[in-house]
Amino acid sequence: MKKIAVVLLAALALGGMVLAQKKVITVGVFPNLDDAIKAQLPGFNKLYPNIEVKLVTLQYADHHNALTTALATGQGLHDVEAIEIGFVGRFAEGQGFEDLNKPPYNADLYKKLFTPYTIAQATSADGRFIAMPVDIGPGTFYYRKDILDKAGVNPSSMMTWNGYIEAGKKIKAMDKNIFLIANAADVAWINIFASVGAGEGYYFDKSGKVIVDSPRFVRAFELAKQIRDAGLDAKIGAWTNEWYDGFKKGTVATQFSGAWLQGHLQNWMAPETKGLWRVQQLPEGLYGSWGGSFYGIPSASKNKAEAWTLIKYLTTNRASQIAAFKAIGAFPALLSAQTDPVFEEGVDFLGGQKARVLWREAARKIKPVEANKYDRIANEIISTALSQVLDEGKDIKAALAEAKALIERRMR
Amino acid sequence: MQRSSTAPPRAVSRQMRWSNLQRRWAPYVFVSPFFILFLVFGLYPTLFSLYMSFQSWSQTDGWGHWKFVGLENYSFTLTDPMFWRAMYNTVWLGVVSGLPQHLLAIPLAFVIHMGLSRFKTFTSAVYFLPYITSTVAIALIFNTLFSTQKGVINQTLAYLNTLPLFGWFLPDENINWFLNSTIKWGIALVVIWKYTGWNTLLYLSAIQAIPRELYEAASVDGATRWQQFRFVTLPLLRPMMFFAVSLTIIGNMQLFEEPFVLLNGGASSATQGGQTVAMYMFRTAFEWLEMGTAASIAWLLFAFIAVLTIINNLAFGRAAQGRGD
Repeated sequence: MKKIAVVLLAALALGGMVLAQKKVITVGVFPNLDDAIKAQLPGFNKLYPNIEVKLVTLQYADHHNALTTALATGQGLHDVEAIEIGFVGRFAEGQGFEDLNKPPYNADLYKKLFTPYTIAQATSADGRFIAMPVDIGPGTFYYRKDILDKAGVNPSSMMTWNGYIEAGKKIKAMDKNIFLIANAADVAWINIFASVGAGEGYYFDKSGKVIVDSPRFVRAFELAKQIRDAGLDAKIGAWTNEWYDGFKKGTVATQFSGAWLQGHLQNWMAPETKGLWRVQQLPEGLYGSWGGSFYGIPSASKNKAEAWTLIKYLTTNRASQIAAFKAIGAFPALLSAQTDPVFEEGVDFLGGQKARVLWREAARKIKPVEANKYDRIANEIISTALSQVLDEGKDIKAALAEAKALIERRMR
Repeated sequence: MQRSSTAPPRAVSRQMRWSNLQRRWAPYVFVSPFFILFLVFGLYPTLFSLYMSFQSWSQTDGWGHWKFVGLENYSFTLTDPMFWRAMYNTVWLGVVSGLPQHLLAIPLAFVIHMGLSRFKTFTSAVYFLPYITSTVAIALIFNTLFSTQKGVINQTLAYLNTLPLFGWFLPDENINWFLNSTIKWGIALVVIWKYTGWNTLLYLSAIQAIPRELYEAASVDGATRWQQFRFVTLPLLRPMMFFAVSLTIIGNMQLFEEPFVLLNGGASSATQGGQTVAMYMFRTAFEWLEMGTAASIAWLLFAFIAVLTIINNLAFGRAAQGRGD
């Protein structure tokens, strides 16, 4: 009995020592990125048994709100924080995250491993690099093959915007209840996002001047207006029940979005349309980014070394990136992960089309876009201007001039 | 020996001191939770936001990294077209959603009181239900009801349109409720639906306090139901009207949840047409990270509500008090 007790005690003491050595780090994350990281963790635990990772998952908006508040007070920050593309620009402009360019991180060594445009997204105006890219969302062009076939439209004829509008008219002539696209505004947005000039931001030029009255915006607005005036869009807002319904019932023939939309369509939006969808590149040689996620280290973290070890594993380890891709279908940011044989496989939901090869090609052609801390407010002002043009018949030039003035007075 | 003789008095005095202490301080200890909570969650944030309204601070820079800018936040807000548009939306919604609440609630309370002796409690509970329903659930339901093609509201309008009388003033096409020009009507509808029950309950309690003899005397004098309502109920409801209208003014000027959820937190393209000052303030603080500007909006809104409340008080307050007694 005594012996057993001694052994037990010894085991307990040993266990205590191991536990004491084991560092616990926390990761703040949102769905369904948490599913990706859960698929990556077993591999990490095998390599680094002394680091225990705890996930703290909040809904998308709640996670970023909580993160903003935590940065404001310096309290309650996790050792690693996930950041979605819509927020990475403003967190980059703040001072709350570690600059990964500096030692001990020296992230410069890793930058060339990633899809190039992601680096600019996580870099501040003064050159700090605050987060490592984990997944990306190459913009792509979805269409319903069955509807186009019935209307006698050749998908490649839609590779110019004029051809696209013509296709919409043919579809409408075939069945007046089927629309070319859910909302004409999406055509404006894909044009704005995918035709950014070298060194420019979405709304600002190199020197930070507002360029929302440039031909890029005028053309984008004109195209959307042409589609609206011809009655080719269903005037449905994204992420509403009517939107899902349109996909499900096949009342919408095309959609522009990120590669990730395929996962949503397949899993819950319109699983019954399996095999009816196909993808192609955006019209007129446009390539744009539509989504993406990053991991950064808050300066207030007390376990920066371990946090960096984890981030490196999540973002630069090929096997781990492929595990994440298999879990949630988010396109890996790591270039070497994109050459895995799984990318050559056909996608069942898209009728066996080798869509991932197409998205990989798109990802390599997307040009870096300069982030600006006023991007979000500019986005809102342009969105209002677009709604005024489409819904209220306002003149395009006047709407954009007004938007420009509104953005300029916001920059102070 | 000496010790033992001095010990008891000492113990007594210690005990007395303790009980004195208790008597003196216990009340303060017992009321302290309120004051502690008020200081932490009431006074401190209020004063901090006043201080913040003279600073420029983006929260992602971290605590303490703010810069004094004087009155710049106030001058920016007062010349900001987006702020004035939100202000217009707020006042518009305040009137369009505020008035019907009372115009519906007063007769409704009267009818419930007079006509439904057995189902009084049940009926008022049903009307009160929207008030305690979660805003998120409301948003889900109304987003479906407002749907352009298949929504119940548009279907009803389309049906009414086929009737001879309604045909000429209802639109022939389905209304898109999520446009800059139409969203305010949708928000007003939700607000009316949600708060009419609350006002009905207020008026019902006031009506129940009116002595029965007054109605009996009126009916002896030959007053009809309508005359009883007009000359007995309405005048005696004045103090409650003043109170309920004050609550509506303050509540409507701070309207936030309903527009926020219907506009998808600001992601809707109709945001500018529907967002209220409170929503604009929230988004300035947490979406565009301009804490100082948001604080200045908060104080300008406070000043505006104060002025409205004073006007309401001058216009109806004294009359309400005079007649109420």
